[in-house]
Amino acid sequence: MDFSLFIPETFLLLMALIFFCQTLWATSAKTIQGWAIFLSAIGVILSLFTLNATGDLFYKSYRVDLFSQAFKCLISLGLFLVIALGQKFKSIEERLQPEFFMFLCLSALGLMLMVSSIELVTIFIAMELSSYSIYVLIPIRKQNNGSQMEAAIKYIIFGAAATGVMIFGMSYVFGVTQSTYLVDILKKMPLILGQPIALIGLLLVLCGFFFKLAVVPFHFWTPDVYQGAANETVSFVATMPKLAGVALLLRITSLAGTQAVDLIQVLVLLSAVSMTFGNLAALVQKDLKRLLAYSSIAHAGYVMLGVLTINAVGFGAAIYHIAAYLLMNLACFLVICSLSREGENILVSDLSGLYRRAPLLAFTLAVGAFALAGIPPTAGFTGKLFLFTAALNQGHLALVIIAAVNTAISIYYYLNIVRTAYGQDPNGLPEVTLSFSNRVLNYGLILAIILMGALPAWFIELARTACKTIIS
Amino acid sequence: MDFLIPNQLSYPILSTLIFLPLAGALLLFLFREEKATRIWTLVISLVTFLLSLPLYFNFDLTTYKYQFAEHTPWIPSFKINYTLGVDGISLLLVLLSTLLTPICVLASWKYIEKRIKEFHVCLLLMETACVGVFSALDFVLFYIFWEAMLVPMYLLIAVWGGPEKVYASIKFFIYTMAGSVFLMVAMIALYLTAGTFSIPELMTHNYSFTFQFWIFLAFGIAFAIKVPMAPFHTWLPAAHVQAPTAGSVLLASVLLKMGTYGFVRFCLPITPQASIYFAPYILWMSIISIIYGGYVALGQSDMKRLIAYSSVAHMGFVTLGTFLFNKQGLEGAILQMINHGVTTGALFLCVGIIYERSHSRLIADNSGLTKIMPVYIGFLGLFSLSSMAFPGTNSFVGELLVLIGTFMGNKWIGALSIPGVVLAAAYMLRLLQKISWGPRVGTHHFFDLNVREIVYLVPLALFVLWIGFSPAPFLDVMHASVDHLMKQVQAGNALALVK
Repeated sequence: MDFSLFIPETFLLLMALIFFCQTLWATSAKTIQGWAIFLSAIGVILSLFTLNATGDLFYKSYRVDLFSQAFKCLISLGLFLVIALGQKFKSIEERLQPEFFMFLCLSALGLMLMVSSIELVTIFIAMELSSYSIYVLIPIRKQNNGSQMEAAIKYIIFGAAATGVMIFGMSYVFGVTQSTYLVDILKKMPLILGQPIALIGLLLVLCGFFFKLAVVPFHFWTPDVYQGAANETVSFVATMPKLAGVALLLRITSLAGTQAVDLIQVLVLLSAVSMTFGNLAALVQKDLKRLLAYSSIAHAGYVMLGVLTINAVGFGAAIYHIAAYLLMNLACFLVICSLSREGENILVSDLSGLYRRAPLLAFTLAVGAFALAGIPPTAGFTGKLFLFTAALNQGHLALVIIAAVNTAISIYYYLNIVRTAYGQDPNGLPEVTLSFSNRVLNYGLILAIILMGALPAWFIELARTACKTIIS
Repeated sequence: MDFLIPNQLSYPILSTLIFLPLAGALLLFLFREEKATRIWTLVISLVTFLLSLPLYFNFDLTTYKYQFAEHTPWIPSFKINYTLGVDGISLLLVLLSTLLTPICVLASWKYIEKRIKEFHVCLLLMETACVGVFSALDFVLFYIFWEAMLVPMYLLIAVWGGPEKVYASIKFFIYTMAGSVFLMVAMIALYLTAGTFSIPELMTHNYSFTFQFWIFLAFGIAFAIKVPMAPFHTWLPAAHVQAPTAGSVLLASVLLKMGTYGFVRFCLPITPQASIYFAPYILWMSIISIIYGGYVALGQSDMKRLIAYSSVAHMGFVTLGTFLFNKQGLEGAILQMINHGVTTGALFLCVGIIYERSHSRLIADNSGLTKIMPVYIGFLGLFSLSSMAFPGTNSFVGELLVLIGTFMGNKWIGALSIPGVVLAAAYMLRLLQKISWGPRVGTHHFFDLNVREIVYLVPLALFVLWIGFSPAPFLDVMHASVDHLMKQVQAGNALALVK
């Protein structure tokens, strides 16, 4: 076994171990976050180094290729950002923080394992590793208002149900193809996809990832978990599992081949319903995290535009958009975490006059919101352009028009956030002082969102090349 | 690439005009003092204007091709390029944008008192986006500038606007964005059919009529909202009335032009058959805009509202001229875009000047100013005459050309557009009469124009008279491009007949 292929994962495991050791003695919140930032930054560098690694591990159930490594880079970048944007993790009790970071790392490890797994049972185990860690993370919150328990129970029950359905689907897939290896399934699946059992099996497997991605009708957990869990936890839950979810969705749908008309029709339906429902429900939200929850449901619908094309162009667009989503969503969560004094939830009305209270935060929020809305020259616009182009290229005109109308609807609530931050008076709300590192993070995210939107060529090339490795 | 004439100047002129204001805006964040902010913005916008002048003086009148072109691959996998260039249709609009920005800076010198730095950042970003829209030759690039313009304009209204600013700004943003997303879908559909985002290449491709029909509809919604044509005009009065003076000027003078420019640049050459098919509807909508806009303007007591509705009417003439498919109409329409930019911009400046003194925009509060502000009334008189297309002013030339074109095309439509001219005279004369000779009420402290105000009104007044008395230098610029455009429409239509 070539151990160098497993470096990012090993490092995350080590990181988790370090935090496990730290649980044994008392450490101050500041020190532990410092450690976490430092280690996760090294993680990003390590995963960048292994970007071009290729090979198979663990009896060929685990593949390291450009596709998986690109996602691993995104996951480690996401982990770094999530750790960096928390403001001393105010909403997590100090004594629990080492555990908190440990589970963050374990969950990220699970996600990394997910994107490389090419065998159904391995996928399942990796997914459970990441899910169980999140089950633990969600109820850890200092303010005890009961909603975090509700959130945790909802997430566990929905998650368990989705996993159950997925396992059930896997058994069907195994039944018709006599293999759990995606390589073998890939050969047989297009031939037997006409049979209902194969189609149903594949769809049931996809359910697990629909749950991660919060596609309607697997979205019920989203608003409650977003609202109930601590801000820092949500910034992780809202972005990272989605990365891995998209990766696996792409891997599994690519099994079906381009002839899978029925499957594509189901995906079209899910996409249309997700974005419409998400955007309409977001219109009336008052809690900023709930609003972002519904917006994430809508974005899951947009990403599906790329998934359902089942070609490298569409897959590349999906990867681009989910990467952009990582940045723009984290930009919004950075604002939430910085504004929240004691880790409480932020209402849209709490943004009033943010422009005066913290101009930089207001600008980050505006860039994040405009990017989510898809306004050029941000990454959100470029992502939508690629997604729409890919979907239209496959003839999904009606779906693209639905997506376009949805974009127009979504403007209202994104704009509403910006309007509250810029247009209203502070009404006595306190000023927000930003630390130096927080400022750097703000500037970094703003720059990243705009640069990724204005100069997307290298990334989209990378994403496309990566996708060619999973599409035969 | 034979439709591009590479830039021969010593500097990449179009990129400079786009990115100099952007760089200026970024550097503005370093400034702390209010006055330094204003001076820096003025300098940047003046330098941009000066750097834009070679566009006019080095423009080759004999060719319809896109001049001063720049071409660099941008997103190769989607065949998106960074292509810039101007022809006779866009040249004057670029110059109009660069001319108006320093004027807007001067007009806001005393008017804007809060968040000065951010205000000027927005102004400069607007300039970037406007020049970008008129010089982009790649559809994605065009779309990016088209949409990017929304954000600074939204902020101009939402932050520095009047009491109803929230309603107005959100309505403006959502209305135009709703139109734009269809533009995006049409853009992608064109790309997938023709295999390119290059606007000149898209023009040479032949599309089926059904395809053109839908593309035209998508374009039409986006552009009609932007123009705005009745019944899509409702965002305009709200936005105009609430926006600060500079915002109103940019909105009226540059932004509305993006809609009519879209019709000329995209609809006519890319979807010629559909344009001819839809022309009667557009003409009727134009007539309705002209008469309705004029009629509603007649009943306004708020000066800004009056001018906003008069814009609806004036822009009706532009769309009217565009869809007549003759040279007179089209040249009149393009000239009228410039004229409306100069005249209406100037009228909004005049309203802003009064508002700074009386803090009221009602005609009744600001009447009888002749004796107190004679210089001001002189300017207002000139711009009012221009707005009602008085002979010797710029609008006369434009409207005359459009009307000649109309009568050449369809006498009934021509006859119906005449009441619009009469209405314009009625509401502008009413405004002018009340402001200058009406009963003197209120105790506001009025004083005549200061040097700064005269400085920014004089160039506009000069253009009013220059175009009015000697329109040739402006019309010459567009002949070649308009001829070529006419040929494209005819060729597209002839092809349909052969099929």
